[in-house]
Amino acid sequence: MNRFAWPLVAVCVLLAFLALGLRHGDPRALPSPFIGKPAPQFELPTLKNPEVNIGSKTLAGDYALVNVWATWCVMCRAEHPFLLELAANKAIPIYGINWRDSRREAIRWLDDLGDPYLASAYDEDGRVGIDWGVYGAPETFLVDPEGTVIYKHLGPLDPTIWQREFVPRMTGGGQ
Amino acid sequence: MLPEIGQFSLILALSLAICQAVIPLVGAHRGNAAMMGVARTAATGQFLFVAVAFGCLTYAFLSDDFSVLYVANHSQLALPTLYKVSAVWGAHEGSLLLWIFLLAAWTLAVATFSSGLPVAFSARVIGVLGLLSIGFLLFAILTSNPFDRLVPAAVDGGDLNPLLQDPGLAIHPPLLYIGYVGFSVAFAFAIAAMISGDLDRTWAKWTRPWTTAAWLFLTLGIALGSWWAYYELGWGGWWFWDAVENASFMPWLIGTALIHSLAVTEKRGLFKSWTLLLAITAFSLSLLGTFLVRSGIIVSVHAFATDPTRGSFILSFLAIVVIGALVLYAWRAPSLDSEAGFGLLSRETFLLLNNVLLVVATALVLIGTLSPLVIEMATGGKISIGPPWFNVAFLVPTIPLVILLGMGMHTAWRTQKADTWWRLLRIPAIVALVLGVLIPLFVYGRVSILLVVGCAAAAWIVISSLIQPLRSLWREKGAAGITRSALGMCVAHFGMGLFVLGVTVVSAFGVESDRALQPGDSIEVAGYEFHMIGLENVQGPNFNAIEAEIEIREGEKFIATIRPQKRQYMVQKSPMTEAGIRAGLDKDLFVSLGDQLGNNTWSVRVQYKPLIRLIWLGAIFMALGGLIAISDRRYRSGKKVRETAPDTASDAAEATA
Amino acid sequence: MKRLLVLVVSTLLLSTAFAIDQGEKFDDPEMQARYEKLISEVRCLQCQNQSIKDSNVTLAADLRREIARMIEEGQSDEQIAEFLVVRYGEFALYRPRTTGKTLVLWLAPFLLVLFGGFALVRVVKHRMSLPIGDESSEEG
Repeated sequence: MNRFAWPLVAVCVLLAFLALGLRHGDPRALPSPFIGKPAPQFELPTLKNPEVNIGSKTLAGDYALVNVWATWCVMCRAEHPFLLELAANKAIPIYGINWRDSRREAIRWLDDLGDPYLASAYDEDGRVGIDWGVYGAPETFLVDPEGTVIYKHLGPLDPTIWQREFVPRMTGGGQ
Repeated sequence: MLPEIGQFSLILALSLAICQAVIPLVGAHRGNAAMMGVARTAATGQFLFVAVAFGCLTYAFLSDDFSVLYVANHSQLALPTLYKVSAVWGAHEGSLLLWIFLLAAWTLAVATFSSGLPVAFSARVIGVLGLLSIGFLLFAILTSNPFDRLVPAAVDGGDLNPLLQDPGLAIHPPLLYIGYVGFSVAFAFAIAAMISGDLDRTWAKWTRPWTTAAWLFLTLGIALGSWWAYYELGWGGWWFWDAVENASFMPWLIGTALIHSLAVTEKRGLFKSWTLLLAITAFSLSLLGTFLVRSGIIVSVHAFATDPTRGSFILSFLAIVVIGALVLYAWRAPSLDSEAGFGLLSRETFLLLNNVLLVVATALVLIGTLSPLVIEMATGGKISIGPPWFNVAFLVPTIPLVILLGMGMHTAWRTQKADTWWRLLRIPAIVALVLGVLIPLFVYGRVSILLVVGCAAAAWIVISSLIQPLRSLWREKGAAGITRSALGMCVAHFGMGLFVLGVTVVSAFGVESDRALQPGDSIEVAGYEFHMIGLENVQGPNFNAIEAEIEIREGEKFIATIRPQKRQYMVQKSPMTEAGIRAGLDKDLFVSLGDQLGNNTWSVRVQYKPLIRLIWLGAIFMALGGLIAISDRRYRSGKKVRETAPDTASDAAEATA
Repeated sequence: MKRLLVLVVSTLLLSTAFAIDQGEKFDDPEMQARYEKLISEVRCLQCQNQSIKDSNVTLAADLRREIARMIEEGQSDEQIAEFLVVRYGEFALYRPRTTGKTLVLWLAPFLLVLFGGFALVRVVKHRMSLPIGDESSEEG
């Protein structure tokens, strides 16, 4: 091949790669490094009852959702009705991590809108959020009975995502 | 009504662009003078209609026409008039229209100033530019129409992004785009030459001024962007290796290589195919930059909020343009190169070194920008490549480049006798080395290897660039003076020296410090005391702000009072920092407000930035050098370069240009 | 995708209402220098390409606080980097760590310069072997 054709070859490769890149999806979405790994250990006072603690031990034994939320988070409010629905149907135990919020505001929010959580941990300074690699609310983690993180969803939860991403990962237990 | 006229104008412009592309290209192929003559008329017509469209959009902004969606999204009743105008290009659709407008303007300029060119050649150039116009006009009309209506019309608009409400926005994009788009002229010249199969020194002579013009605007555009980010974003940085910054820097690096390669092709008829490749690459990188910024494929503060569908269009367009050009290249290039030689120590060798190092630098920037995407697609893992990598990687080709710069300028074409060369350069070299140690040590109090290298290189370039101009000032009466082309080179290189000095010193000796301050408190940085006198509320046309009054003293001496602000824009509600800067050629003292920590307490960031202004001043000199070079007499004479004997004394003087 | 954008932006905007401490962290200038360098090289994950040094959002402030704590506790730069990578992935670091994948990245400048150098040597050697001539013998 004539050596002047090399630039053409190189460019075609680059263009093909860029075309694939376009299909690749949101460049800002960060996959969780905990997928397939044990959920980060934590223990925090609950939101409503500061004397009682919940933590990693609480999650063990069954599939569970860990939902990171806050009152200042607009999208958390959007997903809230669906979480209530899941809780009402007893589809899965839901635990909350109330992230960087005001305890008083958070309790009032749950009182006003309903409380889908078996309990919410109160992460006042955000350290547990960091331990879970949280970078935006809402985030929802799916944890299996052994305490392994199976999936993480960034953004509000809705029926479509629930059916498509969460339900298949729960059946066929212990993936 | 006017927005519809604007839209219709765009469609008319498109049909004229089609005429402008097809008829002259066919005409050049057939040798039909009438068809080739259409080029100029069509180009003028296209420009007029695009101007009308641009005018309509501008008018829509000025008249607060919120029935136009684009205006409703990016303007507001209370927006100051200057920003209403600059909001025209503040987002995707409008900036695309700006691009189209500037492409039409460059085309018209080529049509106007091409009397010295053979008809067939200029017909082909304008035809190719027409093809490019078609692509962009289609993109606008089909996917990014700025004239889409909003029904019912909004009562007030969503306001321009506060970060963009700054005089910098009025000038930065236009300057930048003039440069970006200007490389399409060099590209068109290259394509025209490949189509006809004629590429000689004359071709290089014609291409040079157009390329230099585009390059100098791009230089100014990038420098302005850097300066704007510095004072507007509030964190005192001037370059972050952000993907969008890189997208503008890569064409600049290749454009610089192209200017230097054209010099060899014009002078000796060498490197023709290489020069062609560079011309194709420079514009391709402009297009690539547009793609990266508007497709949503990368993350950046600067990226337009657009989407993959538009990205697909641009990518397809990019593919057609570049693949088409490279197919032509693969076909024509083998027959091009000449059999002239040159010695080891020669200007040709130095220019070749220049090109190699600049291409390596460009490749590194490209790798750094695209690798995160490559790695993510290949392995699923996301990594970040930021300033820590870029700063190191970029220095590897650049340090040799700046050192060689000073030498190449004084090396003769073909062969240079080593002893005369050394005799000329040894004293400047020694002086530069000494200054390289003295400047950091005695002015700023510290030395290190990198510091000495940086300061010595800067001094070396500065001194080296002054040799020819000074000689020309002190020459005997009647002896040939320095040509503008050579003077332009010296001025531009001088600017480069200033730039290197500024970067070295501010990177090494810049200091910054954060402190929580209340009125009455002080903070000391780099020997200056920053005393917060008070805080007050101020009101702007479309924002509220807290303003701190800060007095700067050096010991007993009063230096300045500056007033950094924290603004809250009323519509978009995002907080914005306006830094308070005490500017000077020798240093900047930079203060910005962070967050409110209590009732009267704010976190304040204070920075000491020595010689930072040299960075942008250097760029201005570079652009000035380009301007001087373009004004050289040989471009205005319109004469063809004689292929055989040197024609005048100016040609002999050009032996050093 | 658009909802994601709205979500992140809303998080961003609302979080600036929080008070954030940005004072000097350390008395020891060496620790301070380490701190400054580290925070300039950690990515603010809520932002569009900024370091946590230059960003004021909640997460940035929280991460700065954690890094300051770790420096205080005597952890090394590598341990701090590991802490971040475990939680956020390699994406959190602006300086790619030298692993198998990224080794090529760090070697790239030298490899490219070498490659360019070889090409250059070949071209120059070839041209040195050709007749140098003078102006009058030049063809177009």
